[in-house]
Amino acid sequence: MPATKRFWEDVKEGDTLPEVRVDKLTRTDFVRYAGASGDFNPIHHDQTFAEASGNPTVFAMGMLNAGILSRVVTGFAGRPNVRRYKVRFSTRAWPGDDVVCRGKVTRKLEQGGEKLVEGELEAINQKGETLISGTFVAALPSRGSGGR
Amino acid sequence: MPVDKSAIGRTGEPVTMHVERGKIREFARAIKDDDPLYYDEGHAAKEAGGIMPPVTFLQTVSHWDDGRGRPRLPFDLKRVLHGEQEFEFLAPIHAGDVLTAMSKIVDVYEKPGKRGGSMTFAVTETEYRNAKGALVARARAVGIETGQVVKD
Repeated sequence: MPATKRFWEDVKEGDTLPEVRVDKLTRTDFVRYAGASGDFNPIHHDQTFAEASGNPTVFAMGMLNAGILSRVVTGFAGRPNVRRYKVRFSTRAWPGDDVVCRGKVTRKLEQGGEKLVEGELEAINQKGETLISGTFVAALPSRGSGGR
Repeated sequence: MPVDKSAIGRTGEPVTMHVERGKIREFARAIKDDDPLYYDEGHAAKEAGGIMPPVTFLQTVSHWDDGRGRPRLPFDLKRVLHGEQEFEFLAPIHAGDVLTAMSKIVDVYEKPGKRGGSMTFAVTETEYRNAKGALVARARAVGIETGQVVKD
């Protein structure tokens, strides 16, 4: 879906961002992301290698989850307005896990001639465990500048 | 054993990366994003001056790296975790752009691990410049080598 148009003046600190979720990750999702990203660390697609590394099975690339989580920011602000996106990886996601992504606005500021919004992000699994925590900075159009 | 800080300042070779429309589409599908900005040229031209890559797309630089672009870390692959990742965008990037990526290890440090042993952290920064030489993005990755094979 295209991002909803939002003006800086209409956003408040504490506002929640629209949720993004992916239900039941599959091994095919990992393989598709491997091809798309170029991350062919076998720990994410090769069961034999995963077991030899002490894991019960393959698990999602952190950057797959981070890509899904980034959609919270782009859905809120629009891709061209993203200025900064930072994530910290906590728990791993396994086949069958859900990835539920949320965010909220923590601060509004003006800097370098732009009207900015800062916020916090989190991706959790179906058990409520944190997969990723993150922060973002996005610029939003101002009502005063004709929406650009 | 004290952490070996000699890797700090080590740089990789410059990597030339073509930002391709098909690769953007493939990447957007992999993160299950159906925003027409990544698929529909007409829509993207109107909204953003052209098709843009998703926020985390610059990770695909590894497709363009023959192995010399990443400065080598003294890490064992079976014990490596991706700790943190950050992207900063300074100017728009569009499909068709040709970027040059330069990576550098900017820090190496050690912390005691929660499950015994110590963990080594390495911070790598990559700067992306467009064909005009303008800095368009900066990526910062924190890699962690754990004291033992990773278990949750």
